[in-house]
Amino acid sequence: MGRTLAEKVWDEHVVRHADGEPDLLYIDLHLVHEVTSPQAFEGLRLAGRTVRRPDLTLATEDHNVPTLDVDKPIADPVSRTQVETLRRNCDEFGVRLHSLGDVEQGIVHVVGPQLGLTQPGTTVVCGDSHTSTHGAFGALAFGIGTSEVEHVLATQTLPQARPKTMAVTVDGTLPDGVTAKDLVLTLIATVGTGGGQGYVVEYRGEAIRALSMEARMTICNMSIEWGAKAGLIAPDETTLAYLEGRTRAPKGDEWDAAVTYWRGLVTDDDAEFDREVVLDASAMTPFVTWGTNPGQGVPLGGSVPDPADFAEESDRVAAEKALVYMGLEAGTPMREIEVDTVFVGSCTNGRIEDLRAAAEIVRGRTVADGTRMLVVPGSARVRLHAEDEGLDIVFKDAGAEWRGAGCSMCLGMNPDQLTPGERSASTSNRNFEGRQGKGGRTHLVSPLVAAATAITGRLASPADLPARD
Amino acid sequence: MDKVTVHAGRALPLRRSNVDTDQIIPAEYLKRVTRTGFEDGLFAAWRKDPSFVLNQPEYDGASVLVAGPDFGTGSSREHAVWALMDHGFRVVISARFADIFRGNSGKAGLLTACVEPDVVERLWQLVEADPATEVVVDLEQREVRAGDLVASFEIDGYTRWRLLEGLDDIGITLSHDDQISEYEATRPSWKPVAGPA
Ligand code: SF4
Repeated sequence: MGRTLAEKVWDEHVVRHADGEPDLLYIDLHLVHEVTSPQAFEGLRLAGRTVRRPDLTLATEDHNVPTLDVDKPIADPVSRTQVETLRRNCDEFGVRLHSLGDVEQGIVHVVGPQLGLTQPGTTVVCGDSHTSTHGAFGALAFGIGTSEVEHVLATQTLPQARPKTMAVTVDGTLPDGVTAKDLVLTLIATVGTGGGQGYVVEYRGEAIRALSMEARMTICNMSIEWGAKAGLIAPDETTLAYLEGRTRAPKGDEWDAAVTYWRGLVTDDDAEFDREVVLDASAMTPFVTWGTNPGQGVPLGGSVPDPADFAEESDRVAAEKALVYMGLEAGTPMREIEVDTVFVGSCTNGRIEDLRAAAEIVRGRTVADGTRMLVVPGSARVRLHAEDEGLDIVFKDAGAEWRGAGCSMCLGMNPDQLTPGERSASTSNRNFEGRQGKGGRTHLVSPLVAAATAITGRLASPADLPARD
Repeated sequence: MDKVTVHAGRALPLRRSNVDTDQIIPAEYLKRVTRTGFEDGLFAAWRKDPSFVLNQPEYDGASVLVAGPDFGTGSSREHAVWALMDHGFRVVISARFADIFRGNSGKAGLLTACVEPDVVERLWQLVEADPATEVVVDLEQREVRAGDLVASFEIDGYTRWRLLEGLDDIGITLSHDDQISEYEATRPSWKPVAGPA
């Protein structure tokens, strides 16, 4: 019987297999950031161990870094200590680090792909759940905890139980104004936040094939939000075009050899998935969340649901709690919800294509009174790229704030936070209670909806905006 | 890592589903570079509410957390496991766990017992009726016992063995060092290289 793409990548990385034990998998690329690594390096030190393959390890500063005054020392002493600890650890163990101020600094999941390090058929891990992003290239990429970070640093391998496989097939074509973000939010609302538990998911079908690499990363990024171990997409011409010429992509004969191998990275026709989900892209619309987990979403044209309408007791209770936290009434049309802050950024939607899409909407318009718009590029490179295209001017002219690169308001470990009760429309991936700041209320949206919302001050799509003068 | 075989203790009923790791420990507590001392961050936002179950004196000293389904979703932060353990929890019982959280627990020595949803409900009822109820979680037998309730739980065999033996994962892997080197010798030269520093 044939094998799925995920199984092929898995098999290729098994260092050791023994019945009744997890497979020992080789890790091609280990990405590191300041929050989940200090205790792992400390563990190495205590055990007198070294980093086995510093050449396959890359670190960046992203979670804690400020997005203003980036040339000054980090003001928060605790954040500063964490970042300085990473610098010392990388120095001591010989790991390459892209620090604040370096042109390659940025969110770890934006940096890997843009350097060309994330390649088809590789295994990629990071002490960060959104490592699933890298699956967009046909890599088997998943988040790990700090003990596992230490394990990979010491051995360049990880013991892993073989997951089940799932296919998510998205047929048809996404309508105009409907993006990869809407697609994945629709999917999560359909299957639930635990729907992917135990599976590696392959996204396929006409609608997936039509997506750019940036959009594929948006989808794979949010695999973890419905519980999947990893999400991947088979490499194709779009993948190759994105990779060719990147700093760390293979060159010359090596490129040819790699491409030959990569072309075989597809699910065989006679392979079987343990589960299949089929969605129709042509029926999708802009999609936004109303609650406190990414599965609590509705079309933008819909209303805040009534908890009483949920069949399951636990869903009903969760919805009641979410509405209290979010300060929302059942039945309120989503388009009537007023928003204080719009955040465009994160490893979900902080790449150049996302910034272009948002800029196109705000160009020649003005951010609504009483609403602030924060635009945070995913990496220093993305920021430079956007500035080359004049996008910073477009945002600033509209009244938005143009910031330095990092995770920023996606999780509020730096000063970019919501205040209690403040409501955001955010292109990030998590609307958990307090995620963007204590008491903050988050609606997850696409970059297009974020930009339109900034203009009207209420949840909106570009189609709701009056024509420019 | 300490061995885990049979744990007996009082239980905390957490009637919530989808308890994500941002709730277990909010991001502001993740800035520390040590491995202990995270108990103050445990459920920090919810704990501000005096009626939150963790604030109820009758549950002081509980070492078994009984929670709704999809426990530990979201961020990969192992700090969530450390915070639970620093507070004194040794076992979490739920009908479904997020993968990364479960993996982290297994490494750090926190036992995650996956049971049928009705077992969670019965445990909640038992402990709410009498907070002093002793809950026994028997890793050898893969069994939860409380009052007249006896129910089996699911945990993968390898994690169970490691917990029972108190074994360090890295040590086990390093004993296969030859195989890792053999594998490395066969990696194609075009595979990505990030370094050197
Ligand atoms: S942008 Fe947000 S989700 Fe992505 S790595 Fe940073 S904190 Fe995590």
